[in-house]
Amino acid sequence: MAFDLDMVRKEFPILAREIDGKPIVYLDSGNTSQKPHRVIDAMTDFLENSYAPINRSSYRLAGEATEAYEGARCAVARLINAPSPDEVIFTKNATESTNLIARSWGVTNLREGDVVVLTHMEHHANIVPWQMLRNELGIEIRWVPLTADGQLDLTNLDQLLDGAKVFSFTAMSNVLGTLPPVATLCTAAHDAGALAVVDACQFVPHNATDVQAWGADLVAFSSHKMCGPSGIGMLWGRMELLDAMPPFLGGGNMIDTVTLDGYTTAPVPAKFEAGTPPIAEAVGLRAAVEFLEDLGMDDIRQHEINLTRYALDTLNDRFGDDITIYGPDDTAVRGGVLSFAFRDLHPHDVSQILDERNVCVRAGHHCAKPLMQVLGVQSTTRASFYLYNGTDDVDALADALDSATDIFGL
Amino acid sequence: MAGLEDLYREIILDHYRTPRNRGELESPPAVESRGHNPLCGDEITLFLLVDGDGDDALVADVKISGQGCSISQSSASMMTQAVIGKSVGEARAMIRRFRSMMGIEDIEMQPGDDDIDLGDLEALQGVVKFPVRIKCAVLGWSTLADALDHA
Repeated sequence: MAFDLDMVRKEFPILAREIDGKPIVYLDSGNTSQKPHRVIDAMTDFLENSYAPINRSSYRLAGEATEAYEGARCAVARLINAPSPDEVIFTKNATESTNLIARSWGVTNLREGDVVVLTHMEHHANIVPWQMLRNELGIEIRWVPLTADGQLDLTNLDQLLDGAKVFSFTAMSNVLGTLPPVATLCTAAHDAGALAVVDACQFVPHNATDVQAWGADLVAFSSHKMCGPSGIGMLWGRMELLDAMPPFLGGGNMIDTVTLDGYTTAPVPAKFEAGTPPIAEAVGLRAAVEFLEDLGMDDIRQHEINLTRYALDTLNDRFGDDITIYGPDDTAVRGGVLSFAFRDLHPHDVSQILDERNVCVRAGHHCAKPLMQVLGVQSTTRASFYLYNGTDDVDALADALDSATDIFGL
Repeated sequence: MAGLEDLYREIILDHYRTPRNRGELESPPAVESRGHNPLCGDEITLFLLVDGDGDDALVADVKISGQGCSISQSSASMMTQAVIGKSVGEARAMIRRFRSMMGIEDIEMQPGDDDIDLGDLEALQGVVKFPVRIKCAVLGWSTLADALDHA
């Protein structure tokens, strides 16, 4: 089935909403995505008809809820081509997933002087947990720099990885849209004897994902950026690794048994899922995965390639030297994220003016302050696309930028 | 509905385009204070030179450096003009009055505060209709309050 934008848009009730009599132009999906009917309906139906605790009660309703929750795990495993659903751990969000990696694997395996390699385009969620370990354990953090067009500069990668225990990197920059060569980086990590950790938060919603083809060890991503609800995130890891890792949070559900003297842990994934998990959210997530699968990840990616090309060309043609768009120009290595500087206007002012026309963008540091320092800016304005965006949204963005000229008299 | 004209008043744009009292002061004797908005990453550095002690001391000079949006920059610029030449006590009262105008509630207003004329700064009243921007407008003022505490 060909990608039908009109049909896709009809799936998203919020896109029918108007503010001040004008439609919403939602260009902030890199932040969080909108939700289709299917996801909303699946959660409502579950809450109205099937809600119950999971994994602990023996009545039929609880069995139904457990099955629904585990069904979500299977759907996620299928989406990323995980060898087994048991390797998919549900967390609160991708940030909790990266913290789980640092606290569980990191604290167990890293010692003073050990090296963790990150890149200059990481989100704070893949920086701060490692910096916390640096403070606590005295590990060393090395950084892979960027080229002028915002790709990873891999010239000295082997030296940076020399002696490293972990290489943790984003599969798609939330600021630049850059898509680094994940499989190559995983191989480089392994060749150096390092663990390959992938922050796939921005990648999974927009691209066909195959964690086995990547050869990754641990992969963090989240539901809310891929049409699913907020409140649930994912960590995929190789079973052998997960088995050897100690639990992250302690409590109910993650134990095998508890006595006055101590505890033993449940098998993976329950070992990492302490407490009552986001049950209805898992049901919504499953609906989101099925929605994406029905559309086809390759078709979604192609749609976004076309849209990104159109946006780069339109903005550059219309504004020339007045706009600086960061990141690579080649859409083969770039997702639908456009961070830019517009004239000498501050991003807050740009976003305020765009909001007047219901054009929703993010202004700020995008939780990537080290990258802002590398780019030599305090903040940027960012438009980020998803499957419900079209060329009309790009045109609306460009028209709204034009109006900034009038207001600021530039 | 609050329109952009409520926010981007001419006097605000004027101070944004031509900020007053930009620069730095030698520190010491000036007090240097940094303020930042963690939400957007805006950072300003304020230099305050006070002559004398206590509330009667004179705010002899204030300079601002750093970057920010039109609202934070213009607010800080107008603030410097408003407080230079005033006493420390008057400057503190202006801070309370301005924060109160921004709808910030946990301020211990003192008698007479409501009567303070903020002059051009009243143009920033429209910011209240755009709650996300209030933090921008008060950035310079919080930094000044911090500097006064350390003067």
